[in-house]
This record gives sequence, C-alpha cells and structure tokens, in this order.
Amino acid sequence: MSGKTVTRAQLSEAVYQEVGLSRNESAELLEAVLNEVSNALAKGGTVKISSFGSFTVRQKGQRIGRNPKTGEEVPIHPRKVLVFRPSQVLKNRINRDRQPGAAS
Amino acid sequence: MTKSELIARLAEANPHLYQRDVERIVTTIFDEITNSLARGDRVELRGFGAFSVKERGARIGRNPRTGEAVNVAAKFIPYFKTGKQLRAKLNNPG
Repeated sequence: MSGKTVTRAQLSEAVYQEVGLSRNESAELLEAVLNEVSNALAKGGTVKISSFGSFTVRQKGQRIGRNPKTGEEVPIHPRKVLVFRPSQVLKNRINRDRQPGAAS
Repeated sequence: MTKSELIARLAEANPHLYQRDVERIVTTIFDEITNSLARGDRVELRGFGAFSVKERGARIGRNPRTGEAVNVAAKFIPYFKTGKQLRAKLNNPG
C-alpha cells in the first residue's frame, strides 16, 4: 500500500491536466462538484455516480447511548446519516492491482 | 441525482464551458478518486468526507440458496466516512 493521502490539490491538478482550464478554475469546478453533491444529499436525495457508487441518506431513530467515561445514559437524537455504496466497478478496480495481506 | 444530472446542473451554472468539458471534469474527479483508492491511497476532502480502502479477511461464506459453505477470499473494500460539515448539513439543511 502506498498509503498516501490524496486531497483537493491532487484532484484539481488532475482536472487541470485533463481539461485545460486554468488551475484556479479547475479548483473551483471541483468545489462546485462537491457542493452540488452535498446540496442534493442535504435535500434528502440520492446521488448516483455510475461506475463509482451511490450516496444515500438514511434516517436514524432515537436511541439511548452511554457516555463511556462516566457510564451516564444520554439520548442520541434521531439524525440523518450518509451511506456510500460502492459500485461493483469500483470494488473490482480496487482489487485489480493489489492483493490483500501480502505487501499491503 | 445521477451523474448526468450532476453534469447538466454544472453546465447550467457554467455557461462558458462546453458540456463536453463539464463531463470530462466530473469523470476525471471520480476516476482520480478511484485510481487513488486502487493504489491504496486515501482521499480526504475536508468538509465533504474521506474515502479509504479497508481490508476484509478471508472468510467462509455460505451459499444462501443451498446452505453450502464456500471460501470467500480476502479483499479490499472502499469505505467512505462523511465529513463533519456535510454531516451537519444533512441534519440542518440551508
């Protein structure tokens, strides 16, 4: 495993290399993509990116949690959580070049 | 929202770009995330979330139809952890 962390910088660099917009505009477009996805999810929708995966919002009910330090019971309020389901293409791609175990 | 709807929205918001370029931008972003994960890298997009790869050990599964035991090989699975800002936004939109 090379184990590096890729950030916005590398993604917008890839857009810059690929599309030939300015670096600035490439960064802006990356941000616009993330914003569009976030906004659609905040509205409660599903975002499906073919050959990558889908993001869905799941509603969680209230439950009783416990402060692990004090043992105190605290209610966990109903809330929405995001679930990412990778596509089969992504899952295959991730297992194509590397084997688990060995030299990972 | 699908990928093509995402492209359409972005194209609308950026009338100075060709639809074809918007398509390439969106495709490049998700391809780059995919390639990073395939190398075993993590992709961290502050405020949005982080994609990483986790390892699942080999296990003995069962064919749900026949009940027969089958060996399932170890594999990598992609994982997404929602960023703080996005998590907050889901629960408090607008």
